Amino acid sequence: MSKTKCVAMILAGGQGSRLGALTKNIAKPAVPFGGKYRIIDFPLSNCTNSGIEKVGVLTQYRPLELHSYLGTGDTWDLDKSDGGVFILPPYARDKGADWYKGTADAIYQNLNFIDMVDPEYVLVLSGDHIYTMDYAKMLAAHRANKADVTIGVFEVPWEEAPRFGILNTDKKDGRIVEFEEKPSKPKSNLASMGIYIFNREFLDKYLKTDASDETSSHDFGKNIIPNMLKNQARIFSYKFEGYWKDVGTIESLWQANMDLLQDEPPFSINSSWNIYSANPSLPPHFVGADADISRSMINEGSMVLGTVSHSVLSAGVKVGKGAKVTNSVIMPFAVIEDNAVVDHAIVAQNSVISASAQVLGEPGAIAVVPEGETVEAADSGQQVS
Amino acid sequence: MGNMMGIIQLDGAKTMLKELSDRRPAAALPMAGRYRLMDFALSSMVNSGISHVGVLLSNKARPVFDHLRSGKDWDLARHREGLVYLPSDLDGHQVPTTLATIYHNLDYIKHSKADYVLLAQADTVYNIDFRPVLLFHQNTGADITMIYSRAKSDLPGDAVAMKIAGDGCVNDIAKQLTATKGSNDFLGIYLMARDTFVKIVSMAFERGGSDLLVDGIIRHMNDYSIYAYEHKGFVSRVNSTMAYFNANKEILNHEVWDELFMGDNPIHTKTKDAAPVQYKESARVTNSLVANGCEIYGEVENSVLFRGVKVAPGVKIRDCIIMEQCQIEENAMLRDVICDKNVIISADQWLKGSENYPLVVAKGTVI
Repeated sequence: MSKTKCVAMILAGGQGSRLGALTKNIAKPAVPFGGKYRIIDFPLSNCTNSGIEKVGVLTQYRPLELHSYLGTGDTWDLDKSDGGVFILPPYARDKGADWYKGTADAIYQNLNFIDMVDPEYVLVLSGDHIYTMDYAKMLAAHRANKADVTIGVFEVPWEEAPRFGILNTDKKDGRIVEFEEKPSKPKSNLASMGIYIFNREFLDKYLKTDASDETSSHDFGKNIIPNMLKNQARIFSYKFEGYWKDVGTIESLWQANMDLLQDEPPFSINSSWNIYSANPSLPPHFVGADADISRSMINEGSMVLGTVSHSVLSAGVKVGKGAKVTNSVIMPFAVIEDNAVVDHAIVAQNSVISASAQVLGEPGAIAVVPEGETVEAADSGQQVS
Repeated sequence: MGNMMGIIQLDGAKTMLKELSDRRPAAALPMAGRYRLMDFALSSMVNSGISHVGVLLSNKARPVFDHLRSGKDWDLARHREGLVYLPSDLDGHQVPTTLATIYHNLDYIKHSKADYVLLAQADTVYNIDFRPVLLFHQNTGADITMIYSRAKSDLPGDAVAMKIAGDGCVNDIAKQLTATKGSNDFLGIYLMARDTFVKIVSMAFERGGSDLLVDGIIRHMNDYSIYAYEHKGFVSRVNSTMAYFNANKEILNHEVWDELFMGDNPIHTKTKDAAPVQYKESARVTNSLVANGCEIYGEVENSVLFRGVKVAPGVKIRDCIIMEQCQIEENAMLRDVICDKNVIISADQWLKGSENYPLVVAKGTVI
C-alpha cells in the first residue's frame, strides 16, 4: 500500500442506547436520517470530499446492517484499489478475543491496520454526528501549529456547556490548557466534537501505555487526552463554524431532521459538498391528486395521497388517503394507512400505522414506533418509548 | 439450456420525435423523472437473469456512454460478459443501419456462450419478465418469438401489426403508419436461438438488405415458424413527441407507477446523489411525479419533474414534463410544455402548448 498522509478511523461500534427502539436491531451509525441518508454517510462523505481515501470503520454493536451498507465503499467513491473503506470489527488473536473496551482501546486493537496504511496522521471521528466539515482544513491547521494533537471544538450555548466535554484554551493561539468532562461551572463554552487529529507516532505511544494501564477506561476523553495534557503535549483546538449535531437521543435526532425543513436550512444537503448515500432503484415519488404537502422533504419511491406537513419522508413510504403526517420523521418503507394521524413522531422502518390509527407525540416527548411494528386503531394514543 | 444474451437497439422511430431526438437516440430520451427509455428494456433483461447485454451503438453515442458507463448500475459490470458495446465498423459519413451494425458484430455474437438472443428495440416503456417468454418459445418450438401487446388506442407513427392464429402462430406481419386500437402491436422484441439470429442477419445483410424485420423476416415468412407472445402489462411505445408526452403522463397513475417500479423487478438507472425533494411552505403539488433534488415553492399539477428542477414562488406548472436541472423562475406559468434539460424559464413568462401538441423547449434554452 502506498504511503498515506492521513487515515480516518470512524468509531461506529456504539449501541446508541439512548435512541431506544431505533437501535434495537441496528447500530446507531446505520440509523436513517434526513429522508435518504444514514448517520454514517456524513463522516464518510466528509472524508471523501476532504480527500481522505483510506477510512477504517470500527464496528461492534449489531454490525450486520452496517456492514452490508458499507459494502465495497463505492457509495462514497471509496472503492479504491489502493485504499477505500476497511471494516474493522473486533477479532480473535492467539491469546483470545476482546471486545472494544473503549474508544481508545478500539483504535489500539487496530494499530496493525494503522501500521499497514502507514500514515503520518490519524483522524479519529465518531459515526453519530450530523455535520459537513472539511477535514483537510483541520489537518492544515494541525500542521501549521506543529501540534501533537488537534481537537475539533464547537461553541455551545453557555447553559448547555455542562453537558459536554469542555476545553479551556489559551486565547492567543488556541492551545488547550485544560479539559473538563461535563463541568458544573464551565470556564469556556468550547465543546469537544469527538474529532481528533493525532500525529501517528505520538498516538501510538500513548495507546500502548494506556493499554497496559488496568485502571484506565481506555477512552480518549477520559484517559488519553488528560494524560497527554499532563505531559504538556502540544494540543490545539480547531474551531468548527457551521452546523454540528450529536443525534444520540430521540429528541436530538428528531430536531436535526426538523432543522432541514427551515426556510434557510442551517446546512445544505444539496450543495457541491455532496452527501453520498446508497441509491436504491426506486422511482421519483408519486403525489396523488388530493395530496397536500408543505414544508417537507420526501425521498424516492414514496407515495403521498394524504397530507404531509413539516415532516421528513424516507424512501418507499406510503401515506394513504385522508392520512395526516405532521412534525414527524418517517423512515424507509413505513406505511401510514388511510385516515391515520401521525404527529410529533418518529416512525421506524417497515412499520405500519393502520387505517385511522393515531400516533401522537408532542414537543419534548416525541412518539416512537419501533421498526416493523404495526399500530392498530385500537391501541392508538401516545406511543412514547 | 436457457442462456440468453440481450441485444439493445437504441434507435426508434425518431422521425416524429423532432428536437427531442436531435442529439440523442430515442432510447436515450429521459423518462418518468429519473430514467432514460433504454432503462426499461435493459432492466427487464437484467431482472430476467440475462447477464450479457450488447448495446448497438448509433451515431449519437455520447448520451448512451454517459448513461450506461460500465453497466454497474444494472449489475452488468462483470468480469465475464456483462455489458458490451457493439459499435458499427462502417467507414464514411453514411449512418449505418441497425442490420449493418449487427452484421459487423456478428463474430462477437457467434462466439458468445448464449443459446438464445433477445433483441429489443429500447424505445418502449414496460417491465417484462422474459423468462416466461423463453418458456413459451421453447414450448411452441418456434424459430422466432415476437412480443406484442394489444394497442390500447390509436397510435400514429411507425407501427408493426401482426396477424396471429389461435395458437399464437404469426400468419402475417405488416409495417404500417399507425397502430389502430386493438391491433396486435409489435413491441420490437425478438427471441430466437443464437444460430437462427446469426443466419437471419447474414442472409438479409449479405443480399443487400437494410432492415432486419423486412429483409430478414417478412421476406422469409415461410422459412421460419414465428410465434407471438402477448405482454399484458403496461406498455407505452414512444415513437413521436405526442407519444412521449402521453407516456410520461400515463405513469401519473399510482397503479401504473406501482406496476412499473415497485414490484419485485425494479427499473434500474444511472445513480445520482441528489437530496430528497424539498417542499417549501408555499408549495402546492398534486398528481405529479417528482424526482430528487427538486426544490418547490410554487404550484405543480399533472406533471413530471426530473431531478434538480427548481420551481420558484408564484410559478404554476400544469400538464408539463420538466427535465433535469430546469429552473422555472418567479410567477412563470407553463401549460402543456416539455422542457428539455437545463432550460431556464425567466420570471413572469407564460408558455402554453396544447393538449394534443405540446410545446417543446430545446435543451439549454433560456426564455
